[in-house]
Amino acid sequence: MASRNRPLSPHLQVYKPQLTSVLSITHRMTGVALAFGAFLLANWVISATYGADAFALAQGLLGSWFGRLVLFGMTLALFFHLGNGIRHLAWDIGKGFELPQVRTSGYLVLAFTVIMTVITWIAAYSVAGGS
Amino acid sequence: MEMRSPLGRVRGLGSTNNGSGHWWLQRITGIALVPLVIWFVFAAINLAGADLAQFKTWVGTSGNPVLLSLLIFTMFHHGQLGLQVVIEDYVQSELTKLGLIIAIKFSAIIFGGYSIFAVMRLTFGG
Repeated sequence: MASRNRPLSPHLQVYKPQLTSVLSITHRMTGVALAFGAFLLANWVISATYGADAFALAQGLLGSWFGRLVLFGMTLALFFHLGNGIRHLAWDIGKGFELPQVRTSGYLVLAFTVIMTVITWIAAYSVAGGS
Repeated sequence: MEMRSPLGRVRGLGSTNNGSGHWWLQRITGIALVPLVIWFVFAAINLAGADLAQFKTWVGTSGNPVLLSLLIFTMFHHGQLGLQVVIEDYVQSELTKLGLIIAIKFSAIIFGGYSIFAVMRLTFGG
C-alpha cells in the first residue's frame, strides 16, 4: 500500500500541547478514573451491609495513606470533570466558543479544581480531626 | 428525544447506530450529576472516619437514601456511557470492543443495582 508510510494525524509526539487539547484529554482521563471511582463508592456502601467490621475495614482502607492518596486524586478528578463538564454544556448550547473565552474558561476550570479540592480536604480533616 | 433525520434512522447511521440518543443521555445524566455530586461531597466530608452506626444513621436520614440511590444510578449510567465512547474510540478489534462494552454495561448494572439494594437494606434494616 502506498499509504503505509504516510504520517498519522494528529501526530501527538510532535504536536505542541495546548490548553485546549490538554484539558480535552484530561476530561476523558478524569472521566475514566471517576468511572472506577463509582465502583469504590459502590464497594463502600455495600460493605456497610456486611456488618461493623466490614465497614470499618472499608473506612480503614479509604483512610490509610494510600486510600487518602486515591481519594485526593478522585477529588481532583471529580472537580475537574464537574467544572469542565459544565464548560462542555455551555458549548453544547453554543456559548463560549471564541478562543479567548475558551482560554479563560479553561483557566477558570483549573482554578475551580484546585480551590474546591483544597477546601474539601481542609473540611474533611477538620471533621476527622486529622486522625 | 429523536434528533436523527428519517433517512439517517432507516440507514442506522452512527457509531453504535444510536449516536444522538447516546449523546443526549450523556448530557442529561451529566446535568443531573451536578447537584447530586455537590450534595455527596458535603455528605462524604461529614462521614470521614464514621463508624457503621453513624453511617447507617446518615443513610437512613430523610432524603438521603433517595439522593444516594439517584447518585449511584446516575453515576453508573453516565460512567458506562462515557467508557463506551472511550472503548469505541481506542479498541480496534470488533470482537474485543463488543466484549468490553458488554462487560462494562453488565458491571455497571450489577454494582449499581447491588449498591442501591444495599442503600435500601441500610435504610429499612435487616
